[in-house]
Amino acid sequence: MEKRATFSNLWLAAALVAPQLLLVFVFFYWPSGEALYWAFTLEPPFGGSNQWVGFLNFSTVFSDAKYWASVRVSLIFALVATVLSLAIAVLLALFVDRRLPGHQVYKFTYFLPYALAAPAVGLAFRFIFAPDAGFVSAINRAFPDLWNPALDGVDALALIIMAQAWKMAGYNFVFFLAALQSIPRTLVEAGAMDGASVLRRMRDIQLPLIAPTLFFLIVINITDSFVDSFGIVDITTGGGPARATDLMVYKIYSDGFQGKDYSLAAAQSIVLMLLVVALTFVQFRFVERRIHYT
Amino acid sequence: MIERTPVLDAVTHAVLISGLLLLLMPLWIVFVAASHDFQTVNQVPMPLWPGNHLLENLSLAWERGNFDRVMLNSLIVAVGVTVGKIVIAALSAFSIVYFSYRLRMVIFWMIFITLMLPLEVRIVPTYAVAADALRPFQATLDVLGIPLDLPEWNLLNTYSGLILPLIATATGTFLYRQFFLTVPDELTEAAKMDGAGPIRFFLEVLMPLSKTNMAALATIMFVWSWNQYLWPLLVVTDHQNFATATMQLQKIVPGPAFGEPPIWNVAMAANLIVLAPPVLVTILLQRWFVRGLISTDK
Repeated sequence: MEKRATFSNLWLAAALVAPQLLLVFVFFYWPSGEALYWAFTLEPPFGGSNQWVGFLNFSTVFSDAKYWASVRVSLIFALVATVLSLAIAVLLALFVDRRLPGHQVYKFTYFLPYALAAPAVGLAFRFIFAPDAGFVSAINRAFPDLWNPALDGVDALALIIMAQAWKMAGYNFVFFLAALQSIPRTLVEAGAMDGASVLRRMRDIQLPLIAPTLFFLIVINITDSFVDSFGIVDITTGGGPARATDLMVYKIYSDGFQGKDYSLAAAQSIVLMLLVVALTFVQFRFVERRIHYT
Repeated sequence: MIERTPVLDAVTHAVLISGLLLLLMPLWIVFVAASHDFQTVNQVPMPLWPGNHLLENLSLAWERGNFDRVMLNSLIVAVGVTVGKIVIAALSAFSIVYFSYRLRMVIFWMIFITLMLPLEVRIVPTYAVAADALRPFQATLDVLGIPLDLPEWNLLNTYSGLILPLIATATGTFLYRQFFLTVPDELTEAAKMDGAGPIRFFLEVLMPLSKTNMAALATIMFVWSWNQYLWPLLVVTDHQNFATATMQLQKIVPGPAFGEPPIWNVAMAANLIVLAPPVLVTILLQRWFVRGLISTDK
């Protein structure tokens, strides 16, 4: 889109956009470029400048069983948390949109979890699901050793999945409700006139009409689970037990900053970047097509 | 809609109330745990009604977590990011939309692409840049063969290091651009006719019109930057002076000694302190928060 009336002071235009460009150059383009450089080079053990090693770092990463375990865990985490939180959110949004008495209350409370920082969510869930104190520990009283995220990898993964799903449910709810409210009331009323029941209208009118929002949210949720999950993992499980919750972002952090292996971490970053970029491409396609009803 | 569906209505209310329990229960448990003493909080099953040790736990957590300092740090970072973002994004969107020059679309895409890679994905190299923020320019000068030595500018353990990389994204720019495109051309023409230059037009026409967008962006940015965790964890090694509130959560977990239960009541009190500001902001400025969420996709 173009403006018909524009200004022509080019120096001013350049000066206005300069701060943003400088920041983006220093903190985005340069680091991203450097990640590429590191991914294809290795630092010699006795100093000197990095040597070109081609795809060596990538093959080191890809031949490491721990890396694939981390990819597997990240994918399970992303998919289960996304499905769980979208299902809860869409159910709640559909029912809030029925606008029964009192529905305003829910509108003003459901999004709250998203205001919490990931580590705060992690700490809360760590306590709630702690095996020997907290809310869920009562289960262990009835069935000893049934639940222990500190020792059992499956329990630990379940814990971070629940924390992530909880945090994103409020966010997803906001989007679903906005989408539902933008559906013209007349459509739903026409369905009712034709004798469609409430549930039938939800299935055949409302759900199809919010499908674009659903696709958009799937991508956002998966990206967020790759990215923002760090805080949850770091506080609740620290990647353990026995790497059962070693998500990709967490592994990059521990290899790069605790293992001090920048080349290996950079190669992993590149893989994660490609994943996120691919997802974002999908997202932009759907963002462009997001349907607006006026 | 006039329809009699008593069974479904009952189910609806039941689902909505369970949703409320599900989404607010964790917050309630944090609050309850923060209000009991050490013995009570470790009971199984834990009590679900608040006790009367809240203030005591809060002040203990406040002291242990050095919250005097870290809350101030978090506030500085959050306000810095919010203000920086609003100003820089408005300026660059103004330039991209209201000036005609050939590189316009190139620059727009250069900024827009940054939406694709969140900071967390490129932490390792961004950290390396933060150790010397002028290095990209030094390297550029070296490649161009200009013999000029820039000083080193270390951003580790500084507020700039905490703030600047968080501003370097396209979120706000995109929002302003979308909005500026909807501002009618007639306004610009009228302003030009009246002899207003670009700066005057920006300050006296565009900015007042963008108030709504600014409020939405500000709310969302405040909450987002307050909740940052990974980046502060890397940039700050001087925990005494530059730690942010979220970083303290990691330190507050461990128990008194190995094998003993963690001091959950104090940990939850600390959690309450850390989560209070963003939660309050979202509740008080809820209209803007929801609007910001939807328009920035953050």
